[in-house]
Amino acid sequence: MNEFNDIKKIIIKKPLKLDCGVTIADYPLAYETYGKLNKEKDNAIMVFHALTGDQFASGKNPVTNKDGWWSYVIGPNKALDTNKYFIICANVIGGCMGSYGPSSIDKKTGKKIGINFPVITINDMVNAQFNLLDHFNIDKLFCVTGGSMGGMQVLQFIANYPDKSKIAIPIACSASHSAQNIAFNELGRQAIMADENWKNGNYELENKSPAKGLSVARMAAHITYLSKKGLQEKFGRKLQERDKIKFGFDADFQIESYLRYQGSIFVDRFDANSYLYITRAMDYFDLSKNSNGDLSKIFKNTKTKFFIISFTSDWLYPTAENREIVIALNAINADVGFLEVKSDKGHDSFLLDVPDFLNALKNFVDNSYKK
Amino acid sequence: MKEEFKIIANSIQREKSILDVGCGDGELMKFIHENISEKIRGLEISKDNVQKCIQKGLTVIEGNAEMDLQQFPSNSFDYVILSQTLQAFLNPEKVINDLLRIGKTSIVTIPNFGFWKVRFNLLFKGTMPVTRTLPNEWYNTPNLHMCSIKDFVNFCNDRKINLFKSLALTNNKVSSINKFNLNFKNLTSELGIFLIEK
Repeated sequence: MNEFNDIKKIIIKKPLKLDCGVTIADYPLAYETYGKLNKEKDNAIMVFHALTGDQFASGKNPVTNKDGWWSYVIGPNKALDTNKYFIICANVIGGCMGSYGPSSIDKKTGKKIGINFPVITINDMVNAQFNLLDHFNIDKLFCVTGGSMGGMQVLQFIANYPDKSKIAIPIACSASHSAQNIAFNELGRQAIMADENWKNGNYELENKSPAKGLSVARMAAHITYLSKKGLQEKFGRKLQERDKIKFGFDADFQIESYLRYQGSIFVDRFDANSYLYITRAMDYFDLSKNSNGDLSKIFKNTKTKFFIISFTSDWLYPTAENREIVIALNAINADVGFLEVKSDKGHDSFLLDVPDFLNALKNFVDNSYKK
Repeated sequence: MKEEFKIIANSIQREKSILDVGCGDGELMKFIHENISEKIRGLEISKDNVQKCIQKGLTVIEGNAEMDLQQFPSNSFDYVILSQTLQAFLNPEKVINDLLRIGKTSIVTIPNFGFWKVRFNLLFKGTMPVTRTLPNEWYNTPNLHMCSIKDFVNFCNDRKINLFKSLALTNNKVSSINKFNLNFKNLTSELGIFLIEK
């Protein structure tokens, strides 16, 4: 993996007791910022990334040389307007873009931590990132937002810190990871662990990489981010650089070739052990389990204004699951708005150029900042 | 702004909490938000209208009143508004019960099917009525359960719903409805506006 010498990071001295019982301290948290923090310090937005995202939400990612994962959303005059707002995005702990994770070096042994990394949760990720408020001397954020696992972190953030953000926009997410989603994550993990180069998680020590397993995990996951209609329209039964089928197991169809490509570019930028740890954190996410399934209780004390967004073709985090959050907030008379955006692009809609989504997000954020 | 909206807005006290059910593009909500109370939220079925409300800076939930009103806790709003939507529900009685449960006061407006032009259409032309407040043809109307002012008053009386203010609107003129002029108002009014409580 890459060394991260020239990316921004803070070393968090304050000990953090993880949900698994282990306490960590003196650990790195890598982050990036966009725009400027104003004098009043009331224009800060914390953006949380999804499973395979990182801190490079906009601009060019210096490691992959690709556009940031939320380039459609963050930038000058965009939905999260960097002319107006100061945007902070950190790499989650457990990640592999400079924050404390399985590919970090263990100071005692001088080797990569690998599978000895403690199992983390969404709660742990959020608590680690909360330290950035102190770092920037921000008392209260204007907004917390993110999609998918980023949306889960938004919910967790408000649950933990009910008075630390004026508005919250969880997008295409759920308050409780569904059996179907756990199943897909398990499929991905099994693919990685079935690769003989995984070496029980110690592949780095032997200079190996479970690239095939990680690639299959990504291919399977990628299908869940799209929709049947979207796939059919984009690929249909189109053949890949050939006129007829070849009666073999080479990639005859464009969709096969596309998935193989997606898998192959993913392994260059993502650590297999990080994939295991982060998917596990998502599976463990069940915000209302400490209140006997009563999600309303979790948000009882919040004054935060919520806006929840789902997408019609998202079958991974369907509208019904997003609506459960709305229902829970309504039950305590919290300030909550909700929109289901029409899109054929599946769960990935929140990352793509979907004008109805981008407009609604911009209008809500800008109108909330004015008041 | 429509005369109907002015009457609704005038019925609401300052700084009270309001839920506008079927809030449309948010015209009434925006007026109330700017002039009467900021504590106003909307429920709206159309995605386009929800977008328009967000553009106006209003808090709106996309949803269907018949399914989604049940999630709101009892007595959670001072006022619940239902403007010219009652007739479009599959089960208007259930919706009215939800309104009464959620709001301390409910403001319900209905296009009056007892209006003389409506009766005239059916009686002399023999066709389903098309008027200013009922602009659709029989085959494309969203209205499933039309009623007259008299029907609505009887509905409330039968269920012991406290109908504490009844207004009639015709050609932007407002007048009170009482039990002595009910038959007359039922004939001469385009719209009925009712304030009801449990």
